[in-house]
Amino acid sequence: MTISIDPQKTHNESLQPKGWLRYFSFSLDHKVIGIQYLVCGFLFYLIGGTLASAIRIELTSPMSDFMPRDVYNQVLTLHGTIMIFLWIVPVVNGAFGNYLIPFYVGARDMAFPRLNAVAFWLIPPSGLMLVASYFVEGAAQAGWTAYPPLSITTPQSGQIIWILSVLLLGGSSIFGGINFIATIIKLRRPGLKLMQLPMYCWAMLGTSLLVVLSTPVLAGTLILLSFDIIANTGFFNPVLGGNVVVYQHLFWFYSHPAVYIMVLPAFGLVSEILPVHARKPLFGYTTMVFSIMGIVVLGLVVWAHHMFTSGTPPWMRLFFTIATAFIAVPTGIKFFNWVATLWGGKISINSAMLFSCGFIINFVFGGITGVALAQVPFDIHVHDTYFVVAHFHYIVYGGTVFIIFSSIYHWFPKVTGKMLSEKLGILHFIITFIGFNLCFAPQHWLGLNGMPRRVAEYDPQFQFVNQISSLGALLMALSTIPFLINVFLSVRNGKNAGDNPWNALTPEWLTSSPPPVENWKGEAPLVEEPYGYGKEISEQK
Amino acid sequence: MTTLDSSKEIQKNNSEVNETHEDFRMFGLITFLIADGMTFAGFFAAYLTYKAVNPLPDGAIYELELPIPTLNTILLLVSSATFHKAGKALLKDKNSDSQKWLFFTAFLGVIFLICQLFEYFHLPFGLTDNLFASTFYALTGFHGLHVTLGTLMILIIAWQSRINGGRLTSQNMFPLEAVELYWHFVDGIWVVLFIILYLL
Repeated sequence: MTISIDPQKTHNESLQPKGWLRYFSFSLDHKVIGIQYLVCGFLFYLIGGTLASAIRIELTSPMSDFMPRDVYNQVLTLHGTIMIFLWIVPVVNGAFGNYLIPFYVGARDMAFPRLNAVAFWLIPPSGLMLVASYFVEGAAQAGWTAYPPLSITTPQSGQIIWILSVLLLGGSSIFGGINFIATIIKLRRPGLKLMQLPMYCWAMLGTSLLVVLSTPVLAGTLILLSFDIIANTGFFNPVLGGNVVVYQHLFWFYSHPAVYIMVLPAFGLVSEILPVHARKPLFGYTTMVFSIMGIVVLGLVVWAHHMFTSGTPPWMRLFFTIATAFIAVPTGIKFFNWVATLWGGKISINSAMLFSCGFIINFVFGGITGVALAQVPFDIHVHDTYFVVAHFHYIVYGGTVFIIFSSIYHWFPKVTGKMLSEKLGILHFIITFIGFNLCFAPQHWLGLNGMPRRVAEYDPQFQFVNQISSLGALLMALSTIPFLINVFLSVRNGKNAGDNPWNALTPEWLTSSPPPVENWKGEAPLVEEPYGYGKEISEQK
Repeated sequence: MTTLDSSKEIQKNNSEVNETHEDFRMFGLITFLIADGMTFAGFFAAYLTYKAVNPLPDGAIYELELPIPTLNTILLLVSSATFHKAGKALLKDKNSDSQKWLFFTAFLGVIFLICQLFEYFHLPFGLTDNLFASTFYALTGFHGLHVTLGTLMILIIAWQSRINGGRLTSQNMFPLEAVELYWHFVDGIWVVLFIILYLL
């Protein structure tokens, strides 16, 4: 196979399939790989969503009558793992990163296109392996955290397949991270300064630093865990003299930054979307950059706030509480800036804008409960209850998934050249927003009243609130229907979008829709002010 | 078409469309090695925590004999120097000298691995005996895996530096530089490992 660095030269002899078939090929084009990430991730989202529905159906009644308890454990483990490692991380990093970053830095492709393809093609096999483990003696049952000794004592085959799958996905993530760092730092168009980059580049730079620094630690930890399971060593097995808390430290050293790996790119994406639809420059560009980097640094030193009930010594509790509270500062700055961007803008109420505003509302709520959870006395009370479940779903669903949808509405015209239907989009937003809040807001109450997470059965006094929550989950499940109809109808018969339907100034809109191979017909444009709304555009080359 | 051919083609195409950019393959490799180093950092952190927190059962043997690992340290340090020699020779277009130095480096790597295996077979404890034993084998084994891969890569570039039709020339030093950096990295990790595991 050849790489078409120069389209005129290599097109004739190219072995790559044309048209839609190229999305099923080992393509090296960053745009194709981005769409591969997105569609693959969305398919896993549907699987993970089905599992979530199964969980909510089970929890409509206090007894485990819909499925046996061990199957419930497998379902919740698969739900968590799929949603995190196969939907949010690949989509918010891989899909949008691959599609947008080369445009933003003025490049024709990513720095290492082959590594990029490898990173994507690790995902489908490991995802299928993970899902298939359900049919081979049952999937892993120890949750997405795989805490020992639970992960050592539950059936082995499922847990080992889980470890293999997560190792492959981690490798994919590291390869992607290396690629993004090299692309943003080294592949910038001549003349483009770092402080002129669109905010998503900064977010991806920070995210990729976290990926490169923390994911390998998870990989090492899981290798040790697999030795415990297969080779009967005792790293994390107290019976053999091991230490379970070491696993928790190493695991959360990855998995707390993983929260930022899931959320920082969303911060970047929303910073692209809001200025376009509010027709105003992004407020406080420099503070945004520094707050991203502040979150990256602080994000690496807050992991033990997940472990306040694991016998952590007082000095550790004190340190990690304070560090966690500090993270609220850069995050708060970003929220202030987004609201200030909207302030006095010419806001168009469309699907992309609505989902972005939904993100701001949900994330502020999730952030507040997050600061509450960082306080030791409160955390000890609600640890491992539904309060935590509600908190992180407000972050990952109310935050990141809302932004994924917002971004799909925003960039769909660029990718396909067609507009999505606004009516269906707004319907999608309304059902998602109501369903999401109906599903997760009551879970705060459940957690405060002591309903533990990850258990198939619960005290009958919680039944009514759980049923409300399940009703919300039903709405969330239904909300994908208008979205899918919208996408399928619009791809075939949507209105033609033109090259720049939103009159945006960031570089990806300055080429045709859909963009050509190699991104630009001539030289890449030099965009010195990606958010110069309300200024003279003629200054731009 | 082999990988080798198509990567030549990229370079050719790159120069023809006249959009050159600096070579950042080394940058990518360094980023990868930082990631790889973090894996070792995780292992070291686990080992040190165990040492501080988890007492070993009575009668556990955790004193290690020093001669073989010291020899191994010297072997790796010398191999780093010989690798450097290979690079110098290639820069002066002395391909056959370079190849000899590379084979010598690979030879030192193999000797290192043999010594390591010798140590494994003569240690008084096995993988699952106690926490110290498990961590010892995990750390040295993971490092040994790196040495094995490094030795294989050295043999590959030694083959690539052959005089007729070799890919590795003084104009295309990247394969040698990349493996050299990796080898120095593995070397550095060994020094840290030696200090933490054997001397502390």
